[in-house]
Amino acid sequence: MRSISFGQATVEATAAAMREDDTVVITGEDIGWGGNFGQFKGLLEEFGPKRVLDMPISEALILGSAVGAAVTGLRPIASLSFVEFTMGAMDEIVNQAAKFRYMFGGQVSVPMVVRASDGVLRSSGPQHSESFEAFFSHMPGLKVVAPSNPADAKGLLRSAIDDDDPVIYLENKKITFRRGPVPEEDYRTALGQASIARTGSDVSLITYSVMTQHALEAAQVLLEEHSVDAEVVDLRTLVPLDIDSVLRSVAKTRRAVVCHEAWTFGGFGAEIASQINEHLFGELAAPVLRVGAQSAPIAFSPPLERALVPEASEVVQAVLRTVKP
Amino acid sequence: MVDIWLSDDHELGIASLEVPVAVDFKDIETSLEAYRKLLLIRTFEETLEALFAKGKIPGFVHTYIGQEAIAVGVCTNLRTDDYVTSTHRGHGHAIAKGIDLNGLMAEVFGKVTGICKGRGGSMHVADFSKGILGANGIVAAGTVIAAGAGLSIQTREEDQVVICFFGDGGINKGTVHEAMNFCSVKKLPVVFVCENNQYAQFTSRKLTTSVSDLSVRGVAYGMSTESVDGNNLVEVVEVSKRAIDNAREGLGPTLVVADTYRFSGHYVGDPQAYRSEDEVNESRRRDPLLLFENYLESHGLADSDRFELEREIILKLVNEAVVFAEQSDYPEAHTATDYVFTDLIEGRQ
Repeated sequence: MRSISFGQATVEATAAAMREDDTVVITGEDIGWGGNFGQFKGLLEEFGPKRVLDMPISEALILGSAVGAAVTGLRPIASLSFVEFTMGAMDEIVNQAAKFRYMFGGQVSVPMVVRASDGVLRSSGPQHSESFEAFFSHMPGLKVVAPSNPADAKGLLRSAIDDDDPVIYLENKKITFRRGPVPEEDYRTALGQASIARTGSDVSLITYSVMTQHALEAAQVLLEEHSVDAEVVDLRTLVPLDIDSVLRSVAKTRRAVVCHEAWTFGGFGAEIASQINEHLFGELAAPVLRVGAQSAPIAFSPPLERALVPEASEVVQAVLRTVKP
Repeated sequence: MVDIWLSDDHELGIASLEVPVAVDFKDIETSLEAYRKLLLIRTFEETLEALFAKGKIPGFVHTYIGQEAIAVGVCTNLRTDDYVTSTHRGHGHAIAKGIDLNGLMAEVFGKVTGICKGRGGSMHVADFSKGILGANGIVAAGTVIAAGAGLSIQTREEDQVVICFFGDGGINKGTVHEAMNFCSVKKLPVVFVCENNQYAQFTSRKLTTSVSDLSVRGVAYGMSTESVDGNNLVEVVEVSKRAIDNAREGLGPTLVVADTYRFSGHYVGDPQAYRSEDEVNESRRRDPLLLFENYLESHGLADSDRFELEREIILKLVNEAVVFAEQSDYPEAHTATDYVFTDLIEGRQ
C-alpha cells in the first residue's frame, strides 16, 4: 500500500466529502495556501473560494459562523491552526455548538467539524503546544476525535464530516507529517470504535493520538527488555467512547496504564481509570496508573518541554510499576 | 428633560407624539395586523410578569415591554424563510417572526409541549421552521451565528436575509466586531439591528460606551448605517425595509440603530436601583403602542372602540396560551438526556 502523511490523508477525506456533497465547505485560518501541515493542500484549486474560505483571524466568528451555517443548510469544517486558538471561541463551541440541539429541543442538529492542531512539537511554547481534549470531552453535545495514524485520520475525518453533531477533530502536530499506509479508495472509519493497535496479554495501554505511537514503542521495549507483553488500545474517539473495548482488554490483562500527552490532573485518563475501577475493581491485579504531562504550561526550553510531556520511556516505567510492584 | 433616552444627537422631542406619514400603513388590514402584533407582545409580556410574581414560572424572565415596535417593524418586512437571531430578551422577536404562541408560553413554563420541549426556557426560545435561530442567553452571541446564516445563504445562492437583533449592551462585545467586519467584506445579506434600550443589564449605556451615536460603529466596517426612533413603528418599517431590500439585492449588510427604552427592569423582579421612577415614567409617554394608536386614529384607520376590541381578542389568545401551558405536562425525568446528540446516549452509542 502507498504511504502518505497524516495531513495528506485528511486532504483526501475532505476532498471526497466535498465532491460528494455541495453543502460541505471549509472555513478557517490560512486554508487557501494549504495550511501549516499541508492539511488543506489543493482544496482551493479544486473547489474554489466559495467553498474554501480564508477567514479573518476572528476565532469567535470562525466557529460562530460555522454554527450559523450548520443550522441553515451547510456542513462546515472550521479550522483553527492551533488548539489554543479555540479559547477565543469557547462560547461558540461550548454555549452554542454543543447546546443548540439540546436547548432547542431537538429542532436542529449542528453538523460541523472543528479542526485544530494540538500537542507538543519542537519548542512551540506555552500557547502552541497543549492538548485540550479533556475540556471538549467534558462538555455534553460535542464529539471528540483524536486519530493516531494517517489511515485512521482519513477514515475518521470522513465520518466526522458525515456526522450530524459537532465534532472536535484534533490533529497532533508531532504525527501530522508522519507517513503511514493509507488505502487510496474513499472509506469511513466509524466514530466510537477503538482499535487494538497491538495485542498482548500482560497489561493494557489505553491511549489515543500521538501517545498511541509512544505506547507502541514502549510495548516493543517492554517485550524485548522486560518480557512484558503489552496490549495497546487506541481509543481513536473520546466521544463516543468505546468503553467496551477498554473493559474487554483490561478484563483479559488485569492491568491498565492510561496514557495521554495532556496533563494528568483532571485529564481524560481519569475518566478511563475511573470507569475501569467501576467495572473491574475486584479483577484488577494492580491499580490503574496514568501517564500524562505534569501540571505546568508546556515550556519553551527543550529540556523543560521534554521533562513535562511523556514519551515511550515514561510509559515503560509506569508499566513496570504495575507488573512488578 | 428631553434627553432622557434618545441618543444625544437626536432631536426627537420626548413629549412629541408626532409621527411621519407612512408608506406601508395606509391599508387598514396591514395596519391592524401590525397593531395586533404589538399588542400580542405587550400582552404576552405583561401576562408573564403577573405569572412570575405568582411564582408560576421558573427561572428568569426578561421582557420586551417598550421595545415592541422594533421587532414588529423589522419583521413586517420579512418572509417566513428569512432568518432572525435573537437575544436573552427574545419573546418579542419570536412573536413578531411568527412563533407558535402556545409553544412559546409552554416553553416559558418548562413544559414538554414547549417549542423546545422545556430544554431551553425563556432565554432560548426558537422555531427553526419559522427561521427563528434562537433567543440566546449569551450577549451578542447571535452576531456571529447570523454571519454564518448569511454565509450559508450566499453559498446556496438564495435571496433570503438574516436579521441580527442585539442591544446597546451587546455592541461592546468582540463578536460584534468580528461579525460586522466579515459580513461587510463578504457583502453578506445580514441586517444588524441594535436595539438601544439604554441599559446593558443594570448599567447605563452612557457609562460604558465610547460614542453616543451607536451607528458610527458601523462606519468602521464600511457598512451602511441607519438610525431610527425605535418606538415609532412606521419609521422602523421604512428604515428596516431599505436595509432589508439592500441585503436581499446583494448590496451587503447595514447597521440599524433603533433608539428605545426598556420600560421594565433587566428581568422581572429587578428592583431597578440604577434609574429613577421619573425617568421611566417620562419614557412611557413615548410608548410605542400609544404612538401607533395615535397614528391609526389620526389617519382614520381605527378608533378607541376598535383598540378595545383588539385588546380583548389578544388577551383571549394569551389567556388560552396560559391555559394550554398550565394544563401541559412537565417533561418526564427519564428524558433529561434526550436531544444531547443525534445518536448517542451519555457519550456512548
